[in-house]
Amino acid sequence: MVGAHDQDGETFAVRLRGLRKEFGDVVAVDGVDLDVRDGEFLTLLGPSGSGKTTVLRMVAGFELPTAGTVELGGVDVTRRAPFERDVNTVFQDYALFPHMTVLDNVAYGLRVKRVGRRERTRRAEEALAGVRLAGFGPRTPSQLSGGQRQRVALARALVNRPRVLLLDEPLGALDLKLREQMQVELKAIQRQVGITFVFVTHDQEEALTMSDRIAVFAGGRIEQVGTPADVYERPATPFVAGFVGTSNLLAGEAARQVVGRDGTWSVRPEKIRIERDDDGADGAHGARGTVREVVYVGSATRFVVDLDVGSTLVALQQNLQTSSMDVQGLRGARVRLVWRPEHEFRVADQATDPAVAVPDPVP
Amino acid sequence: MRGSRRARWTFGAMMALGLAFVYVPLVVIVINSFNASTVFAWPPKDLTTKWWVETAGNPSVRHAVLTSVEVAVVATAVALVLGTLLAFALARYRFFGLQAMSLLVVLPIALPGIVTALAFRTGFRTFLGLELSLWTVAIAHATFCVVIVHNNAVARLRRTGLAPEEASMDLGADGFTTFRLVTFPLLRGAMLAGALLAFGLSFDEIVVTLFTAPPGVTTLPIWIFQNLQRPNQAPTVNVVAAVLVLISVVPIYLSQRVAGESTAGGRI
Repeated sequence: MVGAHDQDGETFAVRLRGLRKEFGDVVAVDGVDLDVRDGEFLTLLGPSGSGKTTVLRMVAGFELPTAGTVELGGVDVTRRAPFERDVNTVFQDYALFPHMTVLDNVAYGLRVKRVGRRERTRRAEEALAGVRLAGFGPRTPSQLSGGQRQRVALARALVNRPRVLLLDEPLGALDLKLREQMQVELKAIQRQVGITFVFVTHDQEEALTMSDRIAVFAGGRIEQVGTPADVYERPATPFVAGFVGTSNLLAGEAARQVVGRDGTWSVRPEKIRIERDDDGADGAHGARGTVREVVYVGSATRFVVDLDVGSTLVALQQNLQTSSMDVQGLRGARVRLVWRPEHEFRVADQATDPAVAVPDPVP
Repeated sequence: MRGSRRARWTFGAMMALGLAFVYVPLVVIVINSFNASTVFAWPPKDLTTKWWVETAGNPSVRHAVLTSVEVAVVATAVALVLGTLLAFALARYRFFGLQAMSLLVVLPIALPGIVTALAFRTGFRTFLGLELSLWTVAIAHATFCVVIVHNNAVARLRRTGLAPEEASMDLGADGFTTFRLVTFPLLRGAMLAGALLAFGLSFDEIVVTLFTAPPGVTTLPIWIFQNLQRPNQAPTVNVVAAVLVLISVVPIYLSQRVAGESTAGGRI
């Protein structure tokens, strides 16, 4: 999908046109067009094997596209070697040099660009301070924790002031607490240095938290490009609806009965209110059904409800007053699901496309 | 691992027995090299360094040591170059016949030494029409030394993977700079460990040497073999054997240390 701001004159930090990559018989990337604006935090989101990492590796120069072009700042770099491109990568496993100190790791890019020793030491120390690792320079990577290595990898890339920073699931190896902390830090660093970030992840929450825009990948193609709110509240395809959040789809007969129109429709779980069936109030917009599953998730409770019209919806209720123990008894109960009509949205009907798998609703 | 007290004692005793079986004869050789008695009465009544001084002054021994070192140095140098190149080819590239190549490369170490030796003798003399010399010995040794270097290097290359090199290129280093600053430093330890092992292996090789050396070329193991039956040479043989033990142990110890720097791998 071509970005909406494709007017003449604007140069993009990254511009991909018709990008395709085959490995033998496998098509990893199948025709990707994408524009990344200067200073933007753009996330490539998708399940493993959807081609997002391969796209990143083609931007970095580690893979040669089978077809299509990669432009950086308006210059075609498709056939240039990685060391001839003004991008730097933060690798998934960090790829720090084990035989060098932390300082030498960070100063490496400056060293190969023949920056003087004193100057590069100063800038490397500055970069280390920027990721809150001042004083760690003399250590070796093996003496650092996962989160510290992660920040060294970041400093090593940022010290070169690249036009674009590529991040390949950089938070994947960290535990939850550290990951959430690094999400906030990464975003702050990006705002501070003003460098374009292209960030690869399979974690939809991470994508929604950090990105200016998200490109959702499936089967080697881009399903949708948009702001986190676009992608979450107005998913373009059933796949996006399912992958970003819970799918909650109403199609066919269920759509006709509940929504009153044809097509495939969706409602986000947190927009659905759950009421006892005997509450009457028949005028409200919604559907009747039976509770199949009650899942306590701490701050909220998730109800999986089989609708009488033959579909399944997930409803999320904040645990404002009730605790899980009170609601456990609702399993098997008759309920009414109620939501406001404006919270329904239509998702493009792509059920005929076999490349787009719609995941089952997660209880 | 935890086990019952009895199991631990049993395993401990078995291990001690096994180690004693291997190492007690070696220790006896070393002690006997200091035994003052010419007939090696046991236990030794007096210790002396007389045999060591005598051996050090023995021109045939000194010549044999020198020959062994020359052969081992040449064999190791050849093995270092070929073994490392082979490791790159087999670990980094996918090509038709890769599996077969891998097998062919490591096979020489598994082949019976006497067969390799015979094959080389025939090959050098009748096939290539070469005169046997120090060079033929060194080249024959190099065939199994290559395997050692290759195994060490290939294990290291597989473990490090391509990530450090990709990171280097990503940070602006071209192919040569990447090799100089990243690839080679990461491989150096494995190459050194392989070279030390290869040196030790070549130094005490006898079968291949016997078949590929011309008359008159005497390496240290051959010297021992030739002087074993002469009673008046017995003290010197003991000293030479003790020296061989030391010369074999030191490289292997060092290679363990070097390879252990970042967890050892791929040693035979």
